[in-house]
This record gives sequence, structure tokens and C-alpha cells, in this order.
Amino acid sequence: MIYLDNAATSWPKAPGVAEAITRFLTDVGANPGRSGHRLSIEAARMVSTVRELTAGLFGSPDPLRVVFTLNVTHAINVALQGVLRPGDHVVTSSVEHNSMIRPLNALREAGISFTAVACASDGSLDPADIEASITPATAMIALTHASNVLGTLLPAERIGALARERGLLFLLDAASTAGCVPIDIVADNIDLLAFTGHKALLGPTGTGGLVIGERVNPARIRPVFQGGTGSRSATESQPPFLPDLLECGTLNTTGLAGLGAAFAWINATGIHHIQNTCRTHTRLLLERLQAIPGVSVYGPRDASLQTATVSFNIQGMSPSRAGQLLDERFGILCRVGLHCAPRAHTTIGTFPHGTIRFSPGVFSAQDEIAIAADAVECLNREARCE
Amino acid sequence: MSEQSVILFPTSAHVMRAEKLLKEAGLSSRLIPVPRHLSSDCGICLVVPTCESAGACALLEEKRVDYDTVAEIPAQ
Repeated sequence: MIYLDNAATSWPKAPGVAEAITRFLTDVGANPGRSGHRLSIEAARMVSTVRELTAGLFGSPDPLRVVFTLNVTHAINVALQGVLRPGDHVVTSSVEHNSMIRPLNALREAGISFTAVACASDGSLDPADIEASITPATAMIALTHASNVLGTLLPAERIGALARERGLLFLLDAASTAGCVPIDIVADNIDLLAFTGHKALLGPTGTGGLVIGERVNPARIRPVFQGGTGSRSATESQPPFLPDLLECGTLNTTGLAGLGAAFAWINATGIHHIQNTCRTHTRLLLERLQAIPGVSVYGPRDASLQTATVSFNIQGMSPSRAGQLLDERFGILCRVGLHCAPRAHTTIGTFPHGTIRFSPGVFSAQDEIAIAADAVECLNREARCE
Repeated sequence: MSEQSVILFPTSAHVMRAEKLLKEAGLSSRLIPVPRHLSSDCGICLVVPTCESAGACALLEEKRVDYDTVAEIPAQ
């Protein structure tokens, strides 16, 4: 079996993740921040350590501005619904995941509008087009850091600088990049960084968060959820301070224990090393797939301009059929279809059937990629003979 | 004069951050449940030697970790 679906969720997880989860469930298990006994303290200390690691990985000077969520979708909703007000306008792109587009569409009912700037056919985005879409009502630029369909990296640093220059908030969806592309919220002028733990961060599902920059005043954030925090228990309204303002109900401590182990592995390995490994895989995959006549490869087709996500199609074979055959006959696990990003497929002309998406991870092997390319060659031959 | 003081924080996330910062600065502290006579909040607070409480608070202010109250408690 060859797993090439790391863009959906990474597998295997970082060494130590499963053990940390087992250890937490076996030896600690208690609820952090609710009680004063030793196990509750131990749980709170574990959560605090992961908070510090998260802040450290993303260059946040204040770990108390790290809010844990269940995933990036949850974090994006907390950010958009928490910060935007009726009359606000948002600039986004045409390669966004539904995690961005659906909440933005829903916010139209609240009087919040948005413009999705068209990306080029390789998914790339010209900052000048973003700038041209800014209106007097624009309050935020909200972008994915990389297309989950094409892998295309969007120019976060330049957009961050533009947002700062124009006095706008910058929300970055780092679902596809956190863990495999360096991110620094201060240097990149990111005000709201939404991340998930289960992709390139190599942690368990059910983990993620929102890192909130210094320019965002917590007093201006309206929480999407209200509930128990273990703090200010005598009052019946949500505490005004971070992280409790946006972090109520019992946390996914089990998942966070695993995420902490993943952070430790990433820090010991180094983001640049991980990025280089992924680039090596991407380079080989692009080289092999582009050499097959009848196979169309989408995106920048340059490992330095994308994540380890490569979308392609085999002429004469639907993506769904290809995905089925890759699994059943070759043991190659990938994702096919629209990848929850219909606009990205409209942008590259593959709507509504979508694409076949191979996404190796840091633990993929070069020979696995070669075998996967051989399988595509085989299917391509068959498609051409039919 | 009591030898120990408690520092109460808005939430456990602040307590944990404070504990780490004080430890890194070489200041001693330990965690105890919040004394009921000081607050009705559930959770924990930090105990520091009273002679170090001013230094501890100055460090927390410098690092922008909000705290609620500092109170002397009987030696335990």
C-alpha cells in the first residue's frame, strides 16, 4: 500500500504521537483548568506546553494568543465570525477551500460581502489583483497559503505587507502549509493564522487552532461559542480574555497530547528539512507525470512554487475511475474529485469532474512515488487503448 | 508577616505561562488550588515566597501575563 493522500490527512503520524496519546489517556486523562488536583495540573501543563510550542513554531511572541480549535475550518469560522461586522468587505482568492468560501457566503446574510480574486490557471495570484479589489469597506484579506488542489503557494509575505500598508487584517489559512512551509506571523504580517494539526503538522485529527496577532484586540472579537472555561465561574458571560474568550468546553486534550509530540518531532527535524524532503518528492512526481503523453498536470509544475500536492488527469479516464483503479489494482491511495474547492477547479477548467491528486508526505519514499507514476503510466496506456 | 503569597490569574492558561516564565527566571513557585476565601473560581494559582512576589509580578507585567490578585497566605 502506498499512501499519497497526505493533503487530506497525513499518515503515518510523527514518531511519538501515538505513544503520547496513549500515555495521556493512561497516566493523566484529567480535565485541564477545571480542578486543582495533580492530574488536572498535569493536563493543564501539557496543554500549556503545546500552546508554547505552537507559538514558537509560528513566531508568535504571546502563547496566550494561541486558541485551540478542532481543525482549521473551526478556526476560520471563529476568525471570520468573530472579527467581521455588518458592512465589512473581504478580499479572498478563487482557489479557496470551502472552509473559507462557505463561511464567507453565509456571512452575506449578515451584510458582509467578499470578492474572490481570480487566480491564474496555475493557481498563482498576483498581489496587484488583490490590491485592485480593495474598497473603502474592505476590512480583511483572507487567503489560503496554498491551494489544496494544485499545491500552488500564494504570496503570503507580499499580501501580508500589503494588508499592513492598507490597514487591513490578514487572515491566512495555513491548512496546507503549517508544518512544511516556514511561517512567521510577525515577519509575514499575519493577524490571524488558522491551522490544523492533522495534515503537515503530523498530529491527530481533531486538533488545530487560531494564532491571534497583536493588532487584533480581543475586546473586538465576538465569540462564536460560549460556555464553561474553568475561569470567572461566578459570571454567566464569556470571559473577555484570551484564550478563554474563544476556547470553551473541554479541550481535545488527547489530541493535543499527540500534537505536542508531533511539534517536538518537527522541531527536532526542522521545517526546512521537511520542506526540502517534500520538494524532492514533488520534483520526482512532476517529472514522471509530465513525461506521460495523455496526462495533464495542473498547477505551477515547479517544486519550489508549490507544496507536495500534484493534481492531474488521465485523458479518457474519469478521476473517480482512476482513483478506484489506483486503489484496487495498485494499492495507491489518493484523492480524486473536487477536493472541497469547486472554485479552484473552475479556475483551472476541471469543474465538475475534478482531478486526481497525489500528495506525498515527509515519510513517503522515492520508490513509492516511482511506483505510483508507473501505475499512472499503466492506466494511461489502457485509457488510450480503450 | 506571612512568608508566602499567592498570585491569582484569570485562567489556568495564564497560570501555566506564569509558572514557566518564573521558572526560567530562576524564581521559585508552586501550584495550589485557588483558596476559597480569595476567589470563587475553580482552578489553580501560584504560590511564591512573599519576598519574591514583587519581582515575580514585575516579570509577569513585563511579559504581559495578566494576573488578578496577590495576597499573603499563612505558611503551609
